[in-house]
Amino acid sequence: MKIKRNIALSDSGFVFNPSTGDSFSTNPIGIEIIKLLKEGKNEDEVKKHLIKTYMTDEVTLEKDYYDFVNMLLKLQLAEGDESEAKN
Amino acid sequence: MKKMQYERPVIQRLNTGIMNKFGTRTEYAPVTHIDGNSVKELIGKYGSPLFVISEKTIRNTYREANRAFNTRYPKVQFAWSYKTNYLSAVCNVFHQEGSWAEVVSGFEYEKAIRNGVPGNKIIFNGPDKTEAELRTAIENGSPIHIDHLDELYLIKELSGEMKKRPRVAIRVNMDTGIYPMWDRFGFNYENGQAWDAINKIMLSNTMDLIGLHCHIGTFMLAPSAYGVAAAKLCDLAMGIKKKYNKNIQYLDLGGGFASKNTLKGSYLQGADASPGFDQFAEAISTAVLNAGFTEDELPLLILETGRAMVDEAGYLLGTVVSNKRLSDGRRATIMDFGVNILFTSFWYDHKISPAQEFSQYTEDAVLYGPLCMNIDVVREHVTLPPMKRDDHVVVHTVGAYNMTQWMQFIALRPAIVMIDLDDKVHQIRKRETVDSIVNEELMPGYLKTFKL
Repeated sequence: MKIKRNIALSDSGFVFNPSTGDSFSTNPIGIEIIKLLKEGKNEDEVKKHLIKTYMTDEVTLEKDYYDFVNMLLKLQLAEGDESEAKN
Repeated sequence: MKKMQYERPVIQRLNTGIMNKFGTRTEYAPVTHIDGNSVKELIGKYGSPLFVISEKTIRNTYREANRAFNTRYPKVQFAWSYKTNYLSAVCNVFHQEGSWAEVVSGFEYEKAIRNGVPGNKIIFNGPDKTEAELRTAIENGSPIHIDHLDELYLIKELSGEMKKRPRVAIRVNMDTGIYPMWDRFGFNYENGQAWDAINKIMLSNTMDLIGLHCHIGTFMLAPSAYGVAAAKLCDLAMGIKKKYNKNIQYLDLGGGFASKNTLKGSYLQGADASPGFDQFAEAISTAVLNAGFTEDELPLLILETGRAMVDEAGYLLGTVVSNKRLSDGRRATIMDFGVNILFTSFWYDHKISPAQEFSQYTEDAVLYGPLCMNIDVVREHVTLPPMKRDDHVVVHTVGAYNMTQWMQFIALRPAIVMIDLDDKVHQIRKRETVDSIVNEELMPGYLKTFKL
């Protein structure tokens, strides 16, 4: 799953999709995930980074990560095989 | 390196052009303590969910209401509406403040007696009073508010048999310009039923007509309707004075004052939309004072307000069971309390606050209760911070009706605590156990065993 190339992300969490005109707001950890995905990191690398950075456990992160990336797909901010995100 | 505090990642579409003039409402300000007691510790000790009642808020609200009426009218008496919250500890706070009891069933009557309320200070309302209950009320000299003619004739019969003069009032229903008109209770003012009942009582000469009662509706947002009601009761009282040369001792304007809750679909928040006690007091007192009574003949003004008196003193503490996504992408959060114990969520958008610190990021969500029933929706739409399993919330303004209308359905009912004036916690109702339910059941012998 990849973040669409034209998606703009500000440091304060403002996300803009120029092809639809839609704008979104995300929290600091959301910014971090989008940034890492934009940099081309894969799922395992992103999760490993988050576990290292935040006070959380793998189960919680797993649950929340999939929920978040599914939202990115649903909101058309990311593209890729949906089943990939679910696997 | 020290790890950072974790918060679930959230992303939300920004919508323009659909906000009201107050902007979207978010509830991210945490409520970590109630009257000096930590929500987390309360749940730790008494379990979740948990009802919490603030004695301080009850007494302050009572005094505010009392001041509003007493500064405008010389003779005022409050009667605590048992059906609103008949936990004995709650009732006794009101009785300590000077409230009589207002009951609408034999069960509530018995509860008031057990609480120690003198019989002549228990107002007996309601459409269903059994013969035995009426006998007790007559024996105790309780004011009986007659709801229909069948009751009137039964009381007449009992008075003859018991050789006592029952102290009665009639409940009057009337058009006060509000909808719906509660004409199912009592006798109608406009079509002459009320006068017909008054004449029957006066001419029977077997009971004392001491008062006139009305209760025009519930969650009333228009104080002026009480002005109309008071004027109509005064008209009846003046008519009785003229026709029978009898002074009516009291006018009971009932209850129905709105609390600060927000009704579903309301444009304004309850705190902005609901009138205060002063506005109700002004409308009622002005109507009675202008009705033409002499100073000596001014009737006692009785008020049975329940909801506005206790709603804000009640909190429900609960815990997040799970978060999930609905098929349309909406966030759904399942709580450990539902419509079974928060009955008022059927008609209010209850204010719900997180009980721990979060960042300012929020998510739109649907709040569901734990029942395996589709109707179990606590809030259809609420904006809350990204809560996770085991996080706690505080539901506000739940003191009225929930602890009486709650259902033992699917789950057991929770404990209730009261926080006193010194912020000390007292448990006032135990958490139900399976025994609380099963002990009331009886099993026929032939059904005691089975083979599977």
